[in-house]
Amino acid sequence: MTAESATPVRGRTSDPEAARIRLLTAIEAVIVPVGAVALAAALFSVFLLTLGKSPATFFELLWRGGFGTAFSWQNTLIRTAPLIFTALCVAIPARLGLMVIGGEGALVIGGFAAAVVALPVMGVLPAWIVTPLMFVAAALAGAVWIGFVGWLRHVRAVNETIASLLMFYIAVAILNFFVEGPLRSPADPNKPSTTPLDPGLMVGSIPGMDVHWGLVVGVVVAILAHLLMSRTTFGFAARVTGGNVRAARAQGLPVGRLMVAACALAGATAGVAGYFEVAAVLGKANASLIAGYGFTGILVSFLARHNPLAIPPVAVLFGGLAAAGGLIQRRMGLPDASVQVLQGLIFLIILVSETIYGRVPFLTAEKRR
Amino acid sequence: MSDALTTVAVAMFAGAVRVSTPFLFVSLGECLTEKSGRINLGLEGTLVFGAMSAYAISYLSGSPWVGVLAAGLAGSMFGALHGAICRLPKVSDIAIGIAMMLFGTGFAFFLGKGFIQPTAPRLQAIDLGFLVSDPQMKVALQINPLFFIGLALAVVMWWGFANTRIGLVVRMTGDSATTARAMGVSVDLVRFFATTAGGFLAGVGGAFLSLFYPGSWNEGLSSGQGLMAVALVIFSRWNPIACVGAALLFGAAGALGPALQSVGISQGYHFFNAAPHILTLAIMIATSSSKRSLKGAPGELSITK
Repeated sequence: MTAESATPVRGRTSDPEAARIRLLTAIEAVIVPVGAVALAAALFSVFLLTLGKSPATFFELLWRGGFGTAFSWQNTLIRTAPLIFTALCVAIPARLGLMVIGGEGALVIGGFAAAVVALPVMGVLPAWIVTPLMFVAAALAGAVWIGFVGWLRHVRAVNETIASLLMFYIAVAILNFFVEGPLRSPADPNKPSTTPLDPGLMVGSIPGMDVHWGLVVGVVVAILAHLLMSRTTFGFAARVTGGNVRAARAQGLPVGRLMVAACALAGATAGVAGYFEVAAVLGKANASLIAGYGFTGILVSFLARHNPLAIPPVAVLFGGLAAAGGLIQRRMGLPDASVQVLQGLIFLIILVSETIYGRVPFLTAEKRR
Repeated sequence: MSDALTTVAVAMFAGAVRVSTPFLFVSLGECLTEKSGRINLGLEGTLVFGAMSAYAISYLSGSPWVGVLAAGLAGSMFGALHGAICRLPKVSDIAIGIAMMLFGTGFAFFLGKGFIQPTAPRLQAIDLGFLVSDPQMKVALQINPLFFIGLALAVVMWWGFANTRIGLVVRMTGDSATTARAMGVSVDLVRFFATTAGGFLAGVGGAFLSLFYPGSWNEGLSSGQGLMAVALVIFSRWNPIACVGAALLFGAAGALGPALQSVGISQGYHFFNAAPHILTLAIMIATSSSKRSLKGAPGELSITK
């Protein structure tokens, strides 16, 4: 598994030798992924050239559509928020050596739950009660969804990767069944949706920008996840389990309960992503919830090497890529899947780059000295 | 009522045969790969890419069988890539599989954009309808040759694993890499070829999707069949013959939704369409255990450790 702790050297010694090794490890943790992304971009350029398209135009449009103007930044950051949450859904279990890839399902179920609990009480109870209710319902639904996967892994040794992806298809079936059936609102004849939320329940924007508060919550949750993993007993036990399950068992750690708890936490984050999609972007639950954030989140987490603090910046990068997709498609006549191809390439090369760690020539020589 | 039941039963039988074929090919491919001690979760991507290339090449060449071959070759390229990357140290075969799944589907959508509209020549069924008189059964017995090829392949693989030198080498590599090395077998090479051949079969499975049933190319063609096939191999305990039975079972589950719709039951069809996914999960829960390792599991497999 690739989920071993990213920083092998930890300790608060003032020993200059240890400090130097820490610094080199940190440098390595930055240049290897950056180099991998650059290589993926180069390969993608070659691919574009063989199709007779200009890579320069592609990357220029990518810049303009993702980061060039205030408007494109806004587009990027709106997509960043759900990516932070869904990436955490991969990163937290990954620390225990679990590979959960069904975050998209938890997002869908979380968003659906948020919309459902609001339906009967909307307009009856004040917004300051309904909003937290929706938030908690989303987190809880996501927690149960992925927590179930963790529980299956614990009690029946069911592979969590396959189970979580199967659960995604089941989540989609549940959403579509209710949205097209019992909960369908007559207000929306074209696209089956639940009844639109009261405007008072919609999440507002961060002052000064047209981006909803989900981004701030995402960054805060990422920092909390980092603290949880690096500063608490739970985090320590999780990392021990990820490093060596047998050793963790021998130490008497409750491996099974840790797995369920980590999966539930992970699912809660993805569920919250669903809450913000419903309450800040869509205003109702419908099939637009299935936008692929859960799958891009896998890539974000791997690129961040499952480090919660690295997730927000990486999520910005992929938010920009997603935001620029439309522009690239219109201007260059490329299919919308071109962003997916680039993402896939980055993913593959990032994984291949795992083999480089500890073998970068000038860094390793320094360390051995 | 009994008429409706018969209709559903016949439709499910026909569906089981039709829907099971891609399951069968992907699971046989995965079975071979896993027997060598490696797991390829990327076969979903391979399946979709195979479907796209089969449709495109069939359209361009006018021959569906050339399309099937192209799908197989494209699939083996994906398999070879997976096999080549996984031999590097510290690279997880499960993670690479996930990446290949996303890359394969993305690449297929990218290249396949232009082939959604045109109509490609499709594979012809073998008509066994003369065996029966019932008109419904006549339709149900129009079976694609790929189904029979899959059956034959399952028997050959089952026999080959037990009785041939190659089969023995593959099994040994899967059970103990150390033993294989001691016997002078190149573990990486065996796994590379097993993954490549597995990719070929998954690509052919994709060709069935786009060239026979449902018989067109679009981006929603596969809904996790490639991944379910991986679970199916575990359920079949790495036995190719059992893979046939499991594929038929999954095919019947997949045919449940359309069969019920054909007699006018459309309430809750989303759930009927998710029946194979629910069934897969249920089977995984029922047949796994945290107490013992699975019978017949290759010892080197990362997914069962």
